[in-house]
Amino acid sequence: MAEYTLQMNNIVKDYYGNRVLKGVSLQVKPGEIHALLGENGAGKSTLMNILFGMPVIHSTGGFEGEVLIDGESVLLKSPKEAMEKGVGMVHQEFMLVPGFTLAENIKLNREITKPNFASTLFRNKSLETLDRKTMDQDARKALDRLGMNIDEWVKVQGLPVGHMQFIEIAREIDKLGIKLLVFDEPTAVLTESEADNLLKAMKKLADSGIAILFITHRLDEVMNAANNITILRDGELVATRAVEDTDVLELAELMVGRKVEVTQKEESNANSINNEVALSIKNYHVDMPGEEVKGIDLEIHKGEILGIGGLAGQGKIGIANGICGMYPSSGDIKLNGESLKLNDTRYALENGMAFVSEDRRGVGLLLDSSIEDNIVVTTMQIKGEYLKKYGPFTQGNFPLIRSHALKMIEDLDIRCTGPTQPTRRLSGGNQQKVCVARALTLNPKVLFVSEPTRGIDIGAKKLVLDLLVKLNKELGMTVIITSSELAELRAVCDRIAIVTEGKIEGILKPDALDRDFGLMMAGEYHKVMKSKEAIS
Amino acid sequence: MSEAIRNITKKVGVPRLIISLFFLFLCFSAVSLGLPFASLSSDTLTRFGMNGILVLAMVPSIQSGLGPNFGLPLGIICGILGSVLAIQFGLVGAAGFWGAIIISMPFAIAVGIAYGMMLNKIKGSEMLVATYTGFSIVSFMSIVWVLIPLNHPEMVWPIGRGLRVTIALDSTFGKILNQFMMLEFGKFKVPTGLLLFFFVMCVLVWIFNRSRMGIAMKASGDNPKFAIASGIDVDFYRIVGSVMSTSLAAIGIVVYAQSYGFVQLYQAPLMMAFPAVAAVLIGGASAQKAKISHVIIGTFLFQGLLTVALPVANEAIKVGNLSEVLRMIVQNGIILYALTKVGGES
Repeated sequence: MAEYTLQMNNIVKDYYGNRVLKGVSLQVKPGEIHALLGENGAGKSTLMNILFGMPVIHSTGGFEGEVLIDGESVLLKSPKEAMEKGVGMVHQEFMLVPGFTLAENIKLNREITKPNFASTLFRNKSLETLDRKTMDQDARKALDRLGMNIDEWVKVQGLPVGHMQFIEIAREIDKLGIKLLVFDEPTAVLTESEADNLLKAMKKLADSGIAILFITHRLDEVMNAANNITILRDGELVATRAVEDTDVLELAELMVGRKVEVTQKEESNANSINNEVALSIKNYHVDMPGEEVKGIDLEIHKGEILGIGGLAGQGKIGIANGICGMYPSSGDIKLNGESLKLNDTRYALENGMAFVSEDRRGVGLLLDSSIEDNIVVTTMQIKGEYLKKYGPFTQGNFPLIRSHALKMIEDLDIRCTGPTQPTRRLSGGNQQKVCVARALTLNPKVLFVSEPTRGIDIGAKKLVLDLLVKLNKELGMTVIITSSELAELRAVCDRIAIVTEGKIEGILKPDALDRDFGLMMAGEYHKVMKSKEAIS
Repeated sequence: MSEAIRNITKKVGVPRLIISLFFLFLCFSAVSLGLPFASLSSDTLTRFGMNGILVLAMVPSIQSGLGPNFGLPLGIICGILGSVLAIQFGLVGAAGFWGAIIISMPFAIAVGIAYGMMLNKIKGSEMLVATYTGFSIVSFMSIVWVLIPLNHPEMVWPIGRGLRVTIALDSTFGKILNQFMMLEFGKFKVPTGLLLFFFVMCVLVWIFNRSRMGIAMKASGDNPKFAIASGIDVDFYRIVGSVMSTSLAAIGIVVYAQSYGFVQLYQAPLMMAFPAVAAVLIGGASAQKAKISHVIIGTFLFQGLLTVALPVANEAIKVGNLSEVLRMIVQNGIILYALTKVGGES
């Protein structure tokens, strides 16, 4: 038997010239639990896609480097081949048939059958009868291995979420010759006690000789369960540590790190912020699927740039979406001391707020309409500007729209063939600028910008961020930036609020320690700080 | 060279190119078969004018996000109701024509609002539901036409009760638009009034499109999420689209009837949505996007094809009643082809 179950050596992967993995190596021994840590976009999923031979890898030009399973070099072309080599995956979202029993789900598509009259007659294996007895026995064995004492003939329907995860795992370990199991954020949907059970089961599996690769954001779980830890950041291998040689603080620091330096905001600006509150948010809830906000309190000062950071799915995106009325929300919001009606987009826009959505193509643009139409449409509807009035009838004031669009194109440096070009044909960065131009046309006092640099290239990123800083400085606009990229928040913001599990974990200055950011994003800041205080 | 051809096809659109070529081919056949070209051309113009507004009714419906209005019979029935009431009230000539339109409007607006509210409840499957709403309302009105207490001698059966299947308009407002300022060059006649009326309706819709409401309606059809984020009430503008489409259909059928010379009741409106949908799709529209130019081009091509195809088929195959069958094949073939283009040309 080879020393390592899995070796990935110097993996390099480009997506259309954008290098997402820059020579990453990874070794997992039999019976080892190896944790893979990293922020969103660090390259974890790409690495796993390579391991499973996902078609997306091969349709984009393959990858460089070498994958060895049990010391044997393999080139996996499809998830099916990976499965045959003994690599299994436990998915984050469950892939189970609710109306089937546990045993049927575990044996799904690998049913054990015995011949019958029809199958003999037609010589067709798919007509054979299920051998339920053997199937149930196999399922029982797999469930026992996980220490799960639920009956195999129970239907999946109505089982608690924690159990479903176990059935997924049982299905993987029931496969013959499974050597390596990948857990993709398995505890994300589990309660604490369920997560504990899962970690126990993982250890049990590892003891039986299966290698486990464990992807997660939760640092305490890593410390609790893993033997070794690999940390990725921006597609680079930052460090590999044995769990004995490290602690939560170091992991948090390694995970966040300092990345690209964007032009720092000048210090002088910090003084011009008075402590007048522009927007006060109390006990705010937003029901946005996948980004739920569960009661936040936040005060946003006049003239500041506030960053809202945090990992994906923790609720940071929900805040702006709730205030702009895209998703139902509740709570108490005051704009300049006056209560704001919730769930009414029109009211919010009329009262000096503007939004740049994170879903640029889905929400932010009329893709088939021209740049000029996109820029003025909201203002026209909300404020009745850019219109000529003839009694009760109106007509668009097209010369004025054109001149305003031309001014915006020049001011924001939108690269296009002209104001009549459909926005669909623009590049991501220029589309983003059109979105910003539309928000600016409203002349807002408070501007919400979500994920301003998602999916645009580095040069354009800098332009968009510089633009936001400029607006803040020159017009005194209060800007709230929501972003998954901590580095850019730290470059432009005055304060950064980190959202974890739908709540504000804490507010930091941009020059706070990497460690503090990492801990807050992992939701362990207060836990760790408390224990520190207790010691000292 | 091939680049130039590709540019042209891209600009014109493959379906329009194919239909145009087929139309030209039929025109050449008509000439070479010695068919009277002048009368064919004036027929084409007349049919273009009489069907145009029914096709125009597709525009607000598509722009507001309801998709092509397969529920066109709803509006058509409002127009028919207006016409029979106008006859009942003894309105003749221009008064009859305008009376029919004005009387039908309250019905069309009320029906449009109700229909729009219904479509708001079934977002995503408008086209199918609309088709069957149209079918059911036609059947329902077939009962109403029998029971309706009207007694103008032009309309009711001489014996028994109920309205006739076709009501002649000779004595009321038949051909009133067609003959208004009609130009005649020998056998080639131009129905000026009819065309003028159609173009005025196009201009009205065009002006609406450029107003604050029109722009909001287009935005809510283009991207409902964008509209919501811009504080636009999407459901309201879908109802506006439905009301406009239904009203245009009502006006459209009055224009159609005066040009045809008859009002057709009972099952006649059943299938009228399909040629209108096909015409606007051939014109270059999709289920999400439609412009006035699509209406004009599409109606001309579609009606031109039908007008020319029938005599050519008659001439080519002289056996019995085959030409009528052929006409059905051509018409439904074009509709089928157009419907495959619902998704637009991308």
